[in-house]
Amino acid sequence: MLPKVLALVSIGRHPQSGRERRAEQDGRAVEMGLCLQERQLMHLSVAHAGNADSSVLRQYAGMGLSKLSVLAQQANEDVLSPLIDYVEAQQASMVLMGVRSEMGQSSGMLPYLLAERLGWPLLPRVAEIQSIEEGVAQVLLALPRGQRRLVSVALPFVATLDNAAKAPRQTAFGPGQRADIEVINTTSIADEVAAQWQFTPAKPRPKRMKVVKAKTAADRFKAATAKPVGGGGKVLKNETVEEKAQAIFDFLLEEKVIR
Amino acid sequence: MTEHEDILRRDPRAEWIARNRLHPLHQAMTQVSAVVRGPSGLIRKNPHQVGFIGPNGIKRIDRLAGNGQTATGAKRRSSAAQEVTLPLHQVVEPNAYIIVVPDMAGGRLTAQDKDILGLAHELAKQRKALNADENLAVVAVCFGESKEAQFDEAGVDRLIHLLSAEYEGFAPEKRLQALLQIESIYQPKHWLFPDSVHGGTDLALRLAVKLDERPAAQAWQVSIDTTTCRAASGSQDIQRETPRILMILEECGQAIDETRHEVLPLALEVESSVEVRLEDKGLIAVDPNAVPLAEAEFILSAGNGIHNWQQFHDCAALLGATEGASRVAVDDGYMPRMRQVGASGTWVTARVYVAVGISGAIQHMQGIGQCDKIVAINTDAGCDMVKRADLAVIADSEEVLAVLCRLAQQHTGKTLEQTETTSEVSHVA
Repeated sequence: MLPKVLALVSIGRHPQSGRERRAEQDGRAVEMGLCLQERQLMHLSVAHAGNADSSVLRQYAGMGLSKLSVLAQQANEDVLSPLIDYVEAQQASMVLMGVRSEMGQSSGMLPYLLAERLGWPLLPRVAEIQSIEEGVAQVLLALPRGQRRLVSVALPFVATLDNAAKAPRQTAFGPGQRADIEVINTTSIADEVAAQWQFTPAKPRPKRMKVVKAKTAADRFKAATAKPVGGGGKVLKNETVEEKAQAIFDFLLEEKVIR
Repeated sequence: MTEHEDILRRDPRAEWIARNRLHPLHQAMTQVSAVVRGPSGLIRKNPHQVGFIGPNGIKRIDRLAGNGQTATGAKRRSSAAQEVTLPLHQVVEPNAYIIVVPDMAGGRLTAQDKDILGLAHELAKQRKALNADENLAVVAVCFGESKEAQFDEAGVDRLIHLLSAEYEGFAPEKRLQALLQIESIYQPKHWLFPDSVHGGTDLALRLAVKLDERPAAQAWQVSIDTTTCRAASGSQDIQRETPRILMILEECGQAIDETRHEVLPLALEVESSVEVRLEDKGLIAVDPNAVPLAEAEFILSAGNGIHNWQQFHDCAALLGATEGASRVAVDDGYMPRMRQVGASGTWVTARVYVAVGISGAIQHMQGIGQCDKIVAINTDAGCDMVKRADLAVIADSEEVLAVLCRLAQQHTGKTLEQTETTSEVSHVA
């Protein structure tokens, strides 16, 4: 019996048109689950908490899922406790999802709350799961500037996926329509704190101006026209080639770009 | 007597001499009286007498009025500017705290960190205006080794520096435990985190879950009562009361630049009893040419001065650098278009940029504007790239690269065959 991986998906928002779509990172979570399933490491199930009628769920199902579970919820309801019940009922040992939702509050709290309530560790911004052996997973985390960090963690755990993870596969319309969408009725808990918040269309953020704190007109003129120069760089001219190359190499070592 | 001195009197003779350029006293008279009063007492300027005759007989006008900078004057001026000490902002016996947990990416405060420290002071000022008894200090919590030397100018009143090796690298559990301890001791009014991929968001959310708070994520307008945060992938704003834990976007505060701060250490005894379930196995070597050029950390860039291209690719592979190129190298077909740096190419953000045989056309210099450190290898000592560089080497690129390759091999113990997989990518032109 393979351990279970649960991918939690949400409804995404297209950045230009604003239409509903597969969420970028949630699509990657399903993709990673499918890859784990194809490698015979885990068994994938996919769940969504929200509206069961959304056509986007068919897009997820079109990635090659035969079944998709929906925890029926209204908007502005707290999905946390139904999700915890569901994860426990499924006996999943890994939960994958995106970092932030593309709709709603996008606070990114859900994976952390889930991990805390379940008592599981959380891995942020996963790029790849390299192996799962004897219940210990070797996971690559995505760092800025394209770097990767290897972390080993015992199952079960919650992970959020970075955009560096493998892009989701294409969805097929027919299989998506034929997939079975199972609706699970849950108790609803209204989010009363967020009900007091005001949601408005985003205002453009002010751009930062370059403030020149010059005392004299000459300084202002210089600030407006001067080319940015490093100023006081070291120039090696008459040394031997060996010395020059050594100087560059030492500089690179000092800046820690050569490991 | 003094009354008489106030009366402005004309001197017709002097005026006559001033008008008569052939008068033997004309030079002396006009030189002396730089300021000429008109009959009504107004200062009159004679446009014909502005300036002086330069050494080659051409009239020069100095409009800088003493602000001009000669070569020596510039140096003196800049050294004087450095010596200016900003006023010290002191917080004596603070009774409340605002805690900032900067990213310290690369061991230094990032621009976002500095903005957030500025924002923390802004919040402190607003709180002080409401409640004068509150003596707020801005505390920075810094994990692991730091290269930052200017905490004082960034606005850190108190510093909690957890230097122990267990906080280095990826250690969210250890860091969280330290933050929880700080929470229990100091009871800060606000926790400010950068909303960034460097780990600020992760730590903030972990803390928020532990403290059972509802943090403001992607906050961009913060005052002590209300906070505006982005939501729904940037398409909506949420306006809410300001929570204790805030994750703040870039450029949302003004960095401190007019005061110095004390940077006094705050003691913190951390009991290390936390169970570590995430085991850090360290950074993984990645193919440098698979990293997008725009976010590569270390770029070796080639220009017109490169003749031995195979050697350049080998050198990049050995040093583990991402390859870049100037427009000339791309147009000549030696490098693919995707490697072009500068206008009509990629604007790079590398920490270290090594320009080999690139003299620095303005279009190229625009593209490397955000790089921290520039190293130039060039035969022309007067070129713009050498002027911009932090370290410039005037030599033939082929010889320098040959020695660099050898040094890199000695350092890593790697031979070229072992790194061959990385260099293959670069040959796709």
